[in-house]
Amino acid sequence: MIPPLFRYERAGSVEQALSLLAEHGDEAKVLAGGHSLLPMMKLRLANPAVLVDIGRIADLRQIRLDGDQVVIGALCTHAQIASSAVIGEHLPLLARAAGMIGDPQVRHRGTIGGSLVHADPKADHPLAALASGATIVVQGSQARREIPSDEFFLGYFTTAVEPDELLVEVRFPSAAGLGWGYEKLVARSNDWAVVGVATVGGRIALAAMGDRPLRARGAEEALAAGLGIQAAADRAAEDTEPNVDISGDVEYRSHIARVLTRRALAAATGSG
Amino acid sequence: MINVSITVNGVARTEEVADRQLLVHFLRDTCGLRATKVGCDSTSCGACTVLLDGVSVKSCTVLAAQADGSAVTTVEGLAGADDELHPVQAAFHREHGLQCGFCTPGMVMATVGLLNENPNPTEAEVRTALEGNYCRCTGYHNIVRAVLAASEGSVA
Amino acid sequence: MLGLSGQGGPLPMGSILGTRVLRTEDPAILRRGGIYTDDVMDERLDGAVHVTFVRSPLAHARIESIDTSAALNAPGVLAVYTGADVELPPKPPFMPMIHNGFSRPLLARDTVRFVGEPVAVVITTEASQGEDAAELVSVSYDPLPVVIDPRAAATDEALLFPEVGSNTCFALPSQPDENFFAGCDAVVHHVVVNQRVAPAPMETRSCAAVWGEDGRLTAWLPNQGAQGSKNAYVSALSLDPAQVRVITPDVGGAFGAKFGADPEQVVVAWVARELQRPARWTEYRYDNLLAMTHGRAQIQTLSVGGTRDGKLLAYRLDILQDSGAYPAIGAILPFLTRMMAPGTYAIERIESSARSVVTNTTPVGAYRGAGRPEAAAAIERAIDLFAAEIGMDPAEVRRRNLLPIFTEPHDNGQGATYDSGDYLAALELALKTCGYDELRAEQARRRASGDVRALGIGIACYVEITGGGSESGDAKENAQIEVHPDGSATILTGTSPHGQGHATAWAMLANAELGIPIDRITVVHGDTDLIPEGGGTAGSRSLQQGGAAVQQACRELVDEAVQRAADVLEANPADLVLDRERAAITVAGSPEVAVTLADLAGQQRLFIRSVFTAPGPTFPFGAHVAVVEVDTETGKATLQRLIAVDDAGIILNPLLAEGQIHGGLAQGAAQALYEEVVYDEAGNPLTATFADYGFPSAAEMPTFELARMETPTSYNPLGAKGIGEAGSIGATPAVQNAVVDALAHLGVRHVDMPTTPYRIWKAMREATS
Repeated sequence: MIPPLFRYERAGSVEQALSLLAEHGDEAKVLAGGHSLLPMMKLRLANPAVLVDIGRIADLRQIRLDGDQVVIGALCTHAQIASSAVIGEHLPLLARAAGMIGDPQVRHRGTIGGSLVHADPKADHPLAALASGATIVVQGSQARREIPSDEFFLGYFTTAVEPDELLVEVRFPSAAGLGWGYEKLVARSNDWAVVGVATVGGRIALAAMGDRPLRARGAEEALAAGLGIQAAADRAAEDTEPNVDISGDVEYRSHIARVLTRRALAAATGSG
Repeated sequence: MINVSITVNGVARTEEVADRQLLVHFLRDTCGLRATKVGCDSTSCGACTVLLDGVSVKSCTVLAAQADGSAVTTVEGLAGADDELHPVQAAFHREHGLQCGFCTPGMVMATVGLLNENPNPTEAEVRTALEGNYCRCTGYHNIVRAVLAASEGSVA
Repeated sequence: MLGLSGQGGPLPMGSILGTRVLRTEDPAILRRGGIYTDDVMDERLDGAVHVTFVRSPLAHARIESIDTSAALNAPGVLAVYTGADVELPPKPPFMPMIHNGFSRPLLARDTVRFVGEPVAVVITTEASQGEDAAELVSVSYDPLPVVIDPRAAATDEALLFPEVGSNTCFALPSQPDENFFAGCDAVVHHVVVNQRVAPAPMETRSCAAVWGEDGRLTAWLPNQGAQGSKNAYVSALSLDPAQVRVITPDVGGAFGAKFGADPEQVVVAWVARELQRPARWTEYRYDNLLAMTHGRAQIQTLSVGGTRDGKLLAYRLDILQDSGAYPAIGAILPFLTRMMAPGTYAIERIESSARSVVTNTTPVGAYRGAGRPEAAAAIERAIDLFAAEIGMDPAEVRRRNLLPIFTEPHDNGQGATYDSGDYLAALELALKTCGYDELRAEQARRRASGDVRALGIGIACYVEITGGGSESGDAKENAQIEVHPDGSATILTGTSPHGQGHATAWAMLANAELGIPIDRITVVHGDTDLIPEGGGTAGSRSLQQGGAAVQQACRELVDEAVQRAADVLEANPADLVLDRERAAITVAGSPEVAVTLADLAGQQRLFIRSVFTAPGPTFPFGAHVAVVEVDTETGKATLQRLIAVDDAGIILNPLLAEGQIHGGLAQGAAQALYEEVVYDEAGNPLTATFADYGFPSAAEMPTFELARMETPTSYNPLGAKGIGEAGSIGATPAVQNAVVDALAHLGVRHVDMPTTPYRIWKAMREATS
């Protein structure tokens, strides 16, 4: 319940944050909303010696349109994203995903940056980012990198962000007017997804079907070839490695992936 | 150890706290405000819900350090100057929305937060909005009635 | 035969009884929160040390060694103790018929038998230092074979207690009769699981203890009866009762899991004595889900047979009870399950047997309903299985087999004598309230159109035993009423509320008898120095025994007041009456000749202590209907409606009664749909956080629909039966039956609880394969 001992450092700017990360290396973790990191620390599953609190860096809380891209600061909370008019117009899938994360209290604190870096394969933000073809912008002391979502998630709770880098913003191509679908099977309303599916603009992504959010490339191929929703859905579970636990085995999760893909695609057609 | 300045129920407090002190323990142990409870260790149950800068948060998953410079409202800060019950408190009383009372402070604060953002929720919206607040005693039936009764223009 | 005057019946006009009085407990809780054990601030506890338990990470192992050196050097650590240090005898099993070899050491000595079993204890200056230090205690274990499945335990291949020589701790065998199903056109057999659940009250276990200079122990802890907790300390620490005082702060829910004193709470008291300092402990939720007693955990083999026109002739129930690692109350609950096996039905032949075995899991205790939900779930599944077998509507099968209305006690043939009941009326009211025919029509429409959202309607009729002596001693309770010279009153009660609202309810009773306003009546419970005797609150006993005691004490106080007033007013006692409006004794017809109860109290202390003894337990009953929607593509079931008819006799305060029903309905429905404590084969718990354990939120529950029925009992003057557990007894089978009913057209006959999407989907697949 009580996190292990750590030293708390506060960064007033991105530069200061990077300097602290460089100073402490592997021993430091970034603290944003804290709703991925602190729960793990309270169960003593994570034990960083230093927390660098970036929560006051106002620059990272902006949402803006930049041409045909929506740029979302790393510290934007799920609640902010779910209620943003800009996001509602340009990224309705993201608005839906953010609005379904946890409960209202969690959404007031959890951030898109924190959620993406945490990279839980069951989670909503990684799924939405991958489906949307987002680009994750990461700042290092030497360079700023733009990482496509397809290259961002590397494994369980592992991303392409280096220990001395900070995720500063996420850029989404505007999906205004495009059909989209977002389907999640949960037992209880607030549960992690047994399986999640998100689709927009011909991209289809899956949550809880592997060690990271996955593109359903077989389904996308069938869709692009004009074979129809059912044919696409039938291929949704190809090349996946779903978790086996009390919520389902491989066969069940694969079946659910197919069902939810069909439903998400149907919604996308209806809403496009 | 670090210094934090947090306004709690309108009273400015400056304290030296452990780096790892959770906001809920700051409220309970440092400020002596024990209405806010700890009910779990997985950010699930919401017994620790308070308002932080006006929005509901689970104080078990916020460091006191993160709340430095902010304002916190707990259930002890809700009643009026003459100790009159806040409308949400009064609604919980009228509708028998509490039994053992352990979840109640968090439930009341989550409700205040909800009605600030959505003054006239439907029953379905109330139930979804409270999915982060667990109760074992009431089955939620009367809690939902209390929230609807407290909301604007509701038919109790 | 009942020996009581005063039949329960319609309440007098203008009486507060039967009205929706708001709770007197609320304003304080709403303003500043309840004060639970962890919140208690008392100068006797100043400078308290904090206790943190080191728990076994293995389900079954020998302890080879414990190295406390690193922990002893950690910041704030005052001491570290192991089983070898705590020289207290192990806690014997709950009932004397269970072999003493199954006793439980307070801290494990040479063997750990479940993940979470306390092994050592770390004492620190600050609470926050406890977990840091506990991590540094290094225990070396030699693993032993793990037994999780009670069926495996029953084979005795791997023994938890080699000295005992068996894993069976309790058995109620029967002689199967080979002609048992003679005359039956159809017989159905099925194994059903009434799964292990966690009571999970919102307040976890806690304890604060201090020894005075006079050698007395004062202990604060959440409990369901301070007197029972005191007895636990007296036995565990071999003390004279005069040496122990238990004080019960506000209790944040209990549901059967907070009786007496758990080993941890005894160790806290021992630590306080050892260090001669106050000691405090509050467990975190992870430890609570691991180590607070679990509930249910029965594997039931059902066999039911009858005729093609729906008449049940024979029902056999065999129970395999998982007791967990150390037999607790749960081990003997099959006794109650067997007693209530026939439920509301008239079945010619009933046979049941039970066996309780130990496994390498958390000990099983009582949980809301304690043995009776298991009985209802079994018979209600059996009814539906039989109905499906003969192709009859399950409501109709019930109609044809329910016991007809009775007002004289009815012996159910299994050891229970039901006091009064009208089961058919309850069923018909439930069916009418839910609109049964319309629901069946909607179900048929969806099936015909191939709608993937299948509708299921589930019924459960139940009767349950409340106020039985087995859980809390004899079927009696005491109360003391005192009127003070300022006109206020204090009630001392032997019950132990933890959310039920006794302060309000007992004040209502005193107000009805004496006329003193409710806001001038204080109800005190839970301090053994003030109330040395009491049965606590469990088994839905409180109103029918504790409330009856309050009413009785008030009536006796009026009698006493009349005698005194006769002297004061120089009147004939036979001419004196109580004027409730003025809380005064007055001469009938001469209201100006009066003396108030307050004035009498001013002359001489005015109080009465009375004990109410019930002739026996009472039997509330009801019928629940659940409407469930199942997404047949994903298997997800959603509870749409839950209709409950619950008859607990005359209702004192409908607001409070409904609240109790609501809470029970939610727990009952959640057992059917969401909750299960799961262990892997190595005995590792997989559901030890609220993120993993299926505790329901408001989003999972509908608004419940209650319909009222009141069939009085003659067993107490209030005409009241118990209501606290009824909701959880009827709701579980109603919801489970609804899920199965939703899938019946696909050939599914049964789905075990919890009916998760995965389980439902598998059942559908099996039915079609």
